[in-house]
Amino acid sequence: MTNATAIEARGLGKRYGRRWALADCTLTIPAGHVAGLVGPNGAGKTTLISLATGMLAPTTGTVEVLGGAPASGPGQLARVGYVAQDTPAYAALSVADHLRLGARLNPRWDAALAQARIKELGLEPRQKAGNLSGGQRAQLALTLALAKRPELLILDEPIASLDPRARREFLQVLMNAVAEQELSVVISSHQLADLERVADYLVVLVDSRVRIEGAVEHLLATHHLLTGPRRATSLPASQQVVAESHTGRQSTLLVRSSEPVIDPAWTVEEVSLEDLVLAYLGHTSTGSPDIRALEARP
Amino acid sequence: MIWLTWRQFRPQAITAAIAVAVVASVAAATGPGIASAYTASGLPGCHASCATDASNFFTGLSRLDLLLYFGSFLLMYLAPALMGLFWGAPLIAREVETGTHRIAWNQSVTRTRWTLVKLGLVGLAAVATAGLLSLMVTWWASPISHAALLSGGQISGLVPRLDPPVFDATGVAPLGYAAFAFALGVTAGVLLRRTLPAMAVTLVAFAVIQVLVPNLVRPHLLPPDHFTAPLHEPFGVNVNAATGQVNGIGLARPFAKPGAWVLSDVIVTSSGAQLPNVAITFSGAELTVPPKGCTFTSGAAAGPAGLHDCSSVLAAMHLRESVTWQPASRFWPLQCIETGIYLVLAAGLGWVCVAQLRRRRTA
Repeated sequence: MTNATAIEARGLGKRYGRRWALADCTLTIPAGHVAGLVGPNGAGKTTLISLATGMLAPTTGTVEVLGGAPASGPGQLARVGYVAQDTPAYAALSVADHLRLGARLNPRWDAALAQARIKELGLEPRQKAGNLSGGQRAQLALTLALAKRPELLILDEPIASLDPRARREFLQVLMNAVAEQELSVVISSHQLADLERVADYLVVLVDSRVRIEGAVEHLLATHHLLTGPRRATSLPASQQVVAESHTGRQSTLLVRSSEPVIDPAWTVEEVSLEDLVLAYLGHTSTGSPDIRALEARP
Repeated sequence: MIWLTWRQFRPQAITAAIAVAVVASVAAATGPGIASAYTASGLPGCHASCATDASNFFTGLSRLDLLLYFGSFLLMYLAPALMGLFWGAPLIAREVETGTHRIAWNQSVTRTRWTLVKLGLVGLAAVATAGLLSLMVTWWASPISHAALLSGGQISGLVPRLDPPVFDATGVAPLGYAAFAFALGVTAGVLLRRTLPAMAVTLVAFAVIQVLVPNLVRPHLLPPDHFTAPLHEPFGVNVNAATGQVNGIGLARPFAKPGAWVLSDVIVTSSGAQLPNVAITFSGAELTVPPKGCTFTSGAAAGPAGLHDCSSVLAAMHLRESVTWQPASRFWPLQCIETGIYLVLAAGLGWVCVAQLRRRRTA
């Protein structure tokens, strides 16, 4: 990996008329990860990805991808693979035509890999892309992006419109590719469940702003679920309450702290990734303690 | 990139090739007959008999030949518009509509190169198609155009090659129109991002330009010539046989330039004012309200000889014919200037497309 960062944004913003689709976004996604970009619909995920792929020009701030300006030249384009939302394909062109397209337009094209993938997927090369199912089209788009041999693969909600089986197959192929090729991945979804098994780095985007980002392991290690009598004690300054909920006698707090919680007044539990993300998203999750997110940005 | 452009353009290219082949076979089937009729008519190398020879040649043409003659102009008006509509407008708008531009713009080819190759290749195909069609129409129609020139304009509807319908359909001008219409379509598609509105805008804009340019711009591409000469010689008279009333007097026109493109032709009085009630035809200028004092000797044989005192009345009026015109010899200079203008406009529109796609990026 030639660059330590996959995507670096500073004060990045995009405005359409009066509405900011993405505002003051500052983040650093390190290379070598499968980074999940999570947020509800309309949070700015697609805008962020469009800015990172150079499909959009920013209104404010800057974004660098693998240390270069997005889509700044053939060399930069060759380093980044992109699977766009709804995985478009040329309806009138056949599967084989798409591979030929990839071969003609990319200097590092891996024809053997592309052929093997198409064979593995059982796609008929002469079939028109317009006749493919959603899952097959997504796989074709992924093949096109992978055979380009990019250093970074960016996927925008690639599985949102797929059925559960197609989702699993798509993610399986993606994870195999990550294992085989030296590849950083940024993948967006509005559902954490899609990414929970594949992502080892997480960016949570809410209302066009980054709410939290970090390696999944680190996030889990620094967040704790505390249960104890209501208003048990005040928390030390190093512990930051992300969300809290109260019943008559009992308080449940989701706390961010780099140090272990040792206060005996609290029962300390490990937090699940789902609860953590939901807390930052400001939603309540069913089946787990009622947590209300605070309007606090880490 | 060239391969992808070709692969996407292939269906349209095949359609165009079929259309060109159909036109070629029709031209090959009917053209030689017209050419040999022209040779046989005695028009090549004619002197005094040109008008008669031309008249004979035209009467010899079949209805189909005349239908094809006018049809070929229609074809040459339509062809650039169709290329603008069906090749230009969807070229980039269709990609943006279906989202495939997100595939294209994320291969290892810059957006500028992608745009330039698409514009260049399909634009070249449009120009080549128009060129082939024009070559065939020019060749096919040249005997008729020559005969129209030699006839001096006496056969209505058939005009020499400098007049708009023939000028627009022959020579190199259609190449310029095709390039421009195509670039107009692409630009409309880039700006509107949707194919159907882009096609509508292209059609309307191109039609307006095709009407305005021959009427307002082309006459002034080269400074037109002015001709003015007195006319007073009555050569014909239109008399009501029953009453002896003079309905009109025909005056011989001094302006006689074969193949001229007449921009304006008026009869003016000594004060310089335009004389009303004049019908100008090939044969002459007919004063439909005869001047006072011009009477016809009752019972005289029909003809100017029967007019009474008319010559002196007409001479006193000091009528002049005033013509603004382009000589036939300016066909190629005007063709080249107009084609050049259209090509420059097309290149300008191409630049607008590239600049738009570079700057205002479309997600």
